[in-house]
Amino acid sequence: MKTGAAPASAGGARWRALVRQALLVWVLCISGFVLAASYPPLTGRVNDQAGILDAGARTGLEARLKDLEDKSGIQLVIATVKSLEGQAVEPYANELFRIWKLGEQVKNNGVLLLVAPNERKVRIEVGYGLEGTLTDALSKLIIANAIVPRFKTQDYAGGIGRGVDDIIATLTTDSGDWQKRPDLRPEDRASLMDTLLPLLVMLIFAIVIFAMMRNAAAGAGRMVRRGGNVIFVPTGGFGGGFPGSGGFSGSGGGGGFSGGGGSSGGGGASGGW
Amino acid sequence: MTLSFSSMRAVIAAILIGLTVSACGYNNIPTLEEGAKAKWAEVQNQYQRRSDLIPNLVATVQGFAKQEKDVLTAVVEARAKATSVKIDASTITDPEKLKQFQDAQNQLSGALGRLLAITENYPDLKSNQNFLALQSQLEGTENRIAVSRKDYIEGVRLYNTELKTFPGVLWAATFFRGNKPLAEYAATDNAQAAPQVKF
Repeated sequence: MKTGAAPASAGGARWRALVRQALLVWVLCISGFVLAASYPPLTGRVNDQAGILDAGARTGLEARLKDLEDKSGIQLVIATVKSLEGQAVEPYANELFRIWKLGEQVKNNGVLLLVAPNERKVRIEVGYGLEGTLTDALSKLIIANAIVPRFKTQDYAGGIGRGVDDIIATLTTDSGDWQKRPDLRPEDRASLMDTLLPLLVMLIFAIVIFAMMRNAAAGAGRMVRRGGNVIFVPTGGFGGGFPGSGGFSGSGGGGGFSGGGGSSGGGGASGGW
Repeated sequence: MTLSFSSMRAVIAAILIGLTVSACGYNNIPTLEEGAKAKWAEVQNQYQRRSDLIPNLVATVQGFAKQEKDVLTAVVEARAKATSVKIDASTITDPEKLKQFQDAQNQLSGALGRLLAITENYPDLKSNQNFLALQSQLEGTENRIAVSRKDYIEGVRLYNTELKTFPGVLWAATFFRGNKPLAEYAATDNAQAAPQVKF
């Protein structure tokens, strides 16, 4: 990456230009890869990218969603998007759900209510863990009865509000899902592993050096396998054995709100108006 | 003292070799293979879920549209055929077998699509609560099938790439010589597309 050997100033400038171009191409490639289908960042419980909710409606919804998560651990998130980027609403919702990682990693208890007003499509995407409670049929009923009739009259805030009420009612009438959230999130365990790993490596280093010193002192009389002391100790590249934690899980724009690592397998229902 | 020391050295060597080997990607091939196989299990699971819905659907439609015997029998037969073709996780390296599976499921998709198309002619059926619930479940299942297939394709891509690229190719040529690339799904044709459900 460094220009390095380029003593002549003209050559140096050319080198730098070349490197800059190469960097530009590289950055473009990377960003092009990421932006292939651009999904909005997770900024809070209500992500009104399409701008169809006024401030009052948004704060009201946020309070209800926060209340739901505080009581049950279920992450219900609302997203309105300007465009589905040419995709059908189902794959878009699934991908967005997985990028935002809604719900806890173990319980997968997230729900995404996606509204695309320009495509006139709405979808309730249900995480793996809630498929038994908020079934496809119930999701469809909520969309058909609570959401779509209001959307038809341009009452987006009303449709979303009623839809959220019905989703919460469905999720919370099942007593099995109405429990206190577990204290320890899987993220915490992952970070514990992250902190322990360097210590472990250092410990092994110390043991090896100790062993080699002991060996050098005591092994003078023994000629067996003297060559065996050349030991390659990997310092970097542990990625193969230990998967990194989390990855991208939402930028903390709205008071540090982020997904908990949940996933969805395409449960839920969609509708149009 | 010497004995315990040499055994300690053996343990350390084992740990170090383990770390070195795992850092060089020895674990990637089995990990990715198991991941892809789990994803295959999910694909089969979702197809199974679809075929579990069908008897109920057929019974409901029959109640309103007895005269559509041909379409109904076609669905029942296609379902029987599709459930008879099963692919074990250990045989998904065989593209021929996967094609058989896919063909059988495609046939069922086609038959289901025709069944849902004729239901348009029966207003009573279309407004039947049971039918509506079944329809939305079927819709949801088709979507889950699509998602699980996408996940499987991605899992297979990762695994097959690992077998062919450095450093995985070294392990594939030595310790995992028996590991074959997993069969990939052919691109979706029209019959595979979810039946259109209109409300």
